[in-house]
Amino acid sequence: MVNNVKTKLASEHVDFFYGSNQALFDIQMKIPENSVTALIGPSGCGKSTFLRMFNRMNDIIPGTHHTGRILFEDDDIYSANTDVVKLRQQVGMVFQKSNPFPKSIFDNITYGPNIHGLKNKKKLEEIVEKSLKGAALWDEVKDRLHESAMGLSGGQQQRLCIARALAVEPQVLLMDEPASALDPKSTAHIEELIGELREKYTIMIVTHNMQQAARVSDYTAFFYEGNLIEQGETTQIFMNPHEQKTEDYVTGRFG
Amino acid sequence: MNSWRDKLIYIILVGSASTSILIVVLIFVFLGKEAFSFIWDPGFSELWHTKWIPVSFKKEIFGILPLMTGTLLVTALATLLMIPFGVLGAIYVAELASDSERQILKPFIEILAGVPSVVIGFFGLVVLSPIIKHLFGLNTGLTALTGAILLAFMAIPTVLTVSEDAIQSVPRAFREASLALGANQLQTIFRIIVPAALPGIIAAIMLGVGRVIGETMAVLMVTGNAAKITLNPFDSVRTMTATIAAEMGEVAFGSHHYQALFWIGIFLLIMTFLLNLMAQRVLRKYQMR
Repeated sequence: MVNNVKTKLASEHVDFFYGSNQALFDIQMKIPENSVTALIGPSGCGKSTFLRMFNRMNDIIPGTHHTGRILFEDDDIYSANTDVVKLRQQVGMVFQKSNPFPKSIFDNITYGPNIHGLKNKKKLEEIVEKSLKGAALWDEVKDRLHESAMGLSGGQQQRLCIARALAVEPQVLLMDEPASALDPKSTAHIEELIGELREKYTIMIVTHNMQQAARVSDYTAFFYEGNLIEQGETTQIFMNPHEQKTEDYVTGRFG
Repeated sequence: MNSWRDKLIYIILVGSASTSILIVVLIFVFLGKEAFSFIWDPGFSELWHTKWIPVSFKKEIFGILPLMTGTLLVTALATLLMIPFGVLGAIYVAELASDSERQILKPFIEILAGVPSVVIGFFGLVVLSPIIKHLFGLNTGLTALTGAILLAFMAIPTVLTVSEDAIQSVPRAFREASLALGANQLQTIFRIIVPAALPGIIAAIMLGVGRVIGETMAVLMVTGNAAKITLNPFDSVRTMTATIAAEMGEVAFGSHHYQALFWIGIFLLIMTFLLNLMAQRVLRKYQMR
């Protein structure tokens, strides 16, 4: 998209298939480092599928395949010698519906570091505090870290999921409509948080909500029926789109 | 008109739902009625002897303790055997098996669930007990262990199928969240999915234990039916259910022996009741909702 910033992620000629059903057509895209890139488009346009390419979450869906390359710092993440565990440690994900484990808040955060071999209690406590602060949740839950995460409100649960993703110290965060199931106040909270996280992380966010894309992102890509129609700086996409389809979508003529 | 019909439907629904309460109460009343007078004559304490000699020229002894330890020993052994096979099998079928493997495994599990217990008992008598006898160098192959193995065969399909359902009903979101954090498949299974499915798995085990405690035919055929107090798996034992089944047909109606058999029934019922209570305690402890 932009030449003077470092590219963190890129896709080169990516086609994606569910069985014989093609969901993505020749996607070419570059994601700049330490920025927020929004993927917008109507339901079923392939934006979530595209997002899930970057941490290989589509691998767990049987009967899918792809062509083309996905690059993480110039390494093809689908090459045979890629360590998927390592990749997912570096590329974290936050899901549409908050999905904390039915464990305590503390155990939710430490799950990631723990499976990667960290057992030191003191170190884990530090990570919990740091991650929860990073997700702007620390003050609300610091006195009940050992209570069940299921007792938190929807917005708190989603921030816990963000904290859980931060705990393994990723470089990239993939967010799949992270606020779509939340009330306006919690949504504002999450959006504010995204603004802060941009300093340290490269963020890709799928959203249905165009105002949200306009508010939180630096770059925007518009998908339609599996094609990447247009990408550019968010202000340009919303104020001065080059394609007719993009203009129709962002002005609300269809969607 | 409408409210009258609603009321009728309501009554039918409440009635259907409370049938089991009614039946349990009726069973208790019925068992109690037959067993009641044993309390005075020959006396309730007569049940706590360590020997069961219901037919004798001298003095009949109705001690049910050896029957209880027999049931407990066989049940405990069978439970120890069925948990690993049932639960690990369920994990494999639900999480790791390919579609074609599942298509082979599932029918066999269902067939095993449907084999009549007397046929399994036959198998135990002819095949399993000689093996046990030679393997451990015993005088007889009719032991508590033989019975326990057969009971485990019978209970494994139940434990496996119900556990599998529990594992499969764990939301996909937990799985995805774990994988997205870089966990591998086994870590996801043992640290997220199994704990989340634990209430269902415990329920499955309890169903299996319930089947094992209540099972009569197979244990009657292969445990040797020696009423003695022992914790040795290689001893012959006699269970409560086998005693009732074997002796009920020949006992004189209304005799002390007859009443003692009903007391065995009552204690069997109390044991299963306690088991259910325990299961619920365990469930509550592990559920973090």
